[in-house]
Amino acid sequence: MKPIRWGHLSVAAVPALFIGYFFVYPLVRILTLGLSELNIGFDGVEARLFQIGWFTLWQAVLSTVLTLLAAAPMTWAVSQYEFRGRKLATALVTVPFVLPTVVVGAAFVALGWRDSIGAILAAHVFFNIAVVIRTVGALWSRIDPDLHDAGRVLGASEWKVFRTVTLPLLRPAIAAAAAIVFLFTFTSFGVVLILGGVRYATLEVEIYRQAVTLFDLPLAAALAIVQLVGVTATLYAYSRYQERHTSTWALRAEGDRPKPEGRALLLVPVSVIGTLIALAIPVIVLFARSLRGAAYAGLVREDPVVGTPLSSASNSLRFAVIASVIAVLIGLMAASVVTEGKGTLSRWFDLTLMLPLGTSAVTIGFGFIVALGEPVDLRASFWLIPIAHALVAIPFVVRTTVPTLRSIPAETREAARVLGASPGRVWREIDLPIVSRAALVGAAFAFVISLGEFGATSFIARPATATMPVMIVRLLSRPGAGSFAMALALAVILAAMTVVIVLWIDRLQFGEIGTF
Amino acid sequence: MLGVESIDVCFGEKRVLRDVTLTVGDDESVAVLGPSGSGKSTLLRAIAGLVPVKSGSIRWAGEDITKAPTHLRGFGLMFQGYALFPHLDVFGNVGFGLRMANVPDGEMEKRVRAALELVGLNGFDRRSIADLSGGEKQRVALARTLAPEPRMIMLDEPLGALDRTLRERLMVETRRILSDRGVTALVVTHDRDEAEALSDRIALMRDGSIVQTGTLVDILAHPADEWVREFLG
Repeated sequence: MKPIRWGHLSVAAVPALFIGYFFVYPLVRILTLGLSELNIGFDGVEARLFQIGWFTLWQAVLSTVLTLLAAAPMTWAVSQYEFRGRKLATALVTVPFVLPTVVVGAAFVALGWRDSIGAILAAHVFFNIAVVIRTVGALWSRIDPDLHDAGRVLGASEWKVFRTVTLPLLRPAIAAAAAIVFLFTFTSFGVVLILGGVRYATLEVEIYRQAVTLFDLPLAAALAIVQLVGVTATLYAYSRYQERHTSTWALRAEGDRPKPEGRALLLVPVSVIGTLIALAIPVIVLFARSLRGAAYAGLVREDPVVGTPLSSASNSLRFAVIASVIAVLIGLMAASVVTEGKGTLSRWFDLTLMLPLGTSAVTIGFGFIVALGEPVDLRASFWLIPIAHALVAIPFVVRTTVPTLRSIPAETREAARVLGASPGRVWREIDLPIVSRAALVGAAFAFVISLGEFGATSFIARPATATMPVMIVRLLSRPGAGSFAMALALAVILAAMTVVIVLWIDRLQFGEIGTF
Repeated sequence: MLGVESIDVCFGEKRVLRDVTLTVGDDESVAVLGPSGSGKSTLLRAIAGLVPVKSGSIRWAGEDITKAPTHLRGFGLMFQGYALFPHLDVFGNVGFGLRMANVPDGEMEKRVRAALELVGLNGFDRRSIADLSGGEKQRVALARTLAPEPRMIMLDEPLGALDRTLRERLMVETRRILSDRGVTALVVTHDRDEAEALSDRIALMRDGSIVQTGTLVDILAHPADEWVREFLG
């Protein structure tokens, strides 16, 4: 048994070292840097932290509440009724969620809505509405309709039944959706950077400004700590809530939905079409305005300041390929360790792997410039960008491959060993072919994540290595109608690439898009 | 010749095998017979190297293989649930062991076909595992175990998962295949008839210990204790 254990250990070592050096170590450096700043306690720092923290918090709360309200009609319609195009409508509302945040920001700029809190909130609702519709809708469609009817028979009005029966039953799903939307909006970066102008900054945006523009690394680190505390507190509160409120009683297998009748005959189409039109407007305007003034032709012309804008597309593609390869290699190693192992060490390992998921990408990028200057200065390295992207994508690869690896019975591997396969050969002959399909999905996820990644990239991209999101933000921040139209054109190209790959993932029919 | 010498196997605190000693002579077929949960499968897994042995030794032709890794032991093991590879077809399953032994393609094809013919599955090469019936799966598993010509094969409840009529037919057939090949075999079963049909000699197992060994006739004539009499009764 001994040699097998050693083999496992070396397989575990690669992802552990990768995450340790590129994630945990930078995080520790941020912590030490930021805590020293907080200790100094000179005038104004705390006040500034408080002011930005407060804005970050209330805009996230407001965004979450607005998203829940905006999602309600569509959630009700698609979970309670069967109608033509129901599946298509559900798929369409998911499109905004897969768009890169920079594209969402650009779309609202195209609407002429900039430098305002309204634009930020609207963009957050646009981006996150699918989370609520999918999460809450999934539970709502499984609540036994008899409960509703029983309430009605007992004399409750339609509204009263909703308030006293349906809503309490939906609470776990609403809490789950709210927690996710809150986390996304609390750590929102691209959208706020583009739409907030100089007046509005979340912690993420301020970390970026302090670190990249003003080069005040200690203050940026202090901000990052405040942000980490907020994220951790949210995750903790949510997991506590989940422990106490998991109820599966009153649920049934998803049954047949009735066709709309009575008032629903009007309300269902109004809810669905209204939601879809509202979501389509920013996308259509983005596309329409990108067509003005030969913007697409401008993308291939050399610009004295930003270079050829379209060259960012080849950068993005190159980084996405490398990031996917890294993410799949390391993700698969990690997944096989998680699958094989039992006990606390393996659980701890599993948790460490998921950490980058809970951390904002800005923190990852900031950590790189704080920590990776020595012993070898990696900060200008070409590899740093795909490594950052891979770090964000690894949890997704692990999550898509672990269930498949778990589904392989122990006997299947043992049979291969008895037939003469060494431990490495067992992995190559059994695990790899069986998991390859899931790994392909993981690779595609990694590719999409890399294409749209902005938070970490904004810290480490150089002019020559600008990715599409970085180039879009650069063009948007320049005055002039020409640059503006080119930014929108590039956003349209990026959105198209993303949607095509996501549709392809969906075609592979492996899980649903938008499951978390 | 296989020699198991007073081995102990523990799962955590629990002793699953206690001081088990057993020999299987060349070309001999031995059945380990006992109720479920008596540690029979664990014994096979220990011999195959799938579970570690706490004390005692396992020898093959005098050589100590107690610590040898599974893939170098050269034994065949047919699993109770067959454990066929779902991503490979019948040919891929039966040829797996030959491929691990780096047998050249042409030779491998010949031997896979011979193994399939032996179990009566001519022309099944390209069938998918998912399309096989229970009886066909059992034969594919048997062919997969026999194809690399292991120095000993171990069968874990070889007919356990099948319905009665099929069992009775395959019992005779499996015995014929084993004696045709003249292989050394160790069979684990909870069924007296199966043990009798598939082996030359029986080892009775209870609570992780071997209670008595001998031919069925001998054991029936001189049962070691009341439990043996009742179990075989």
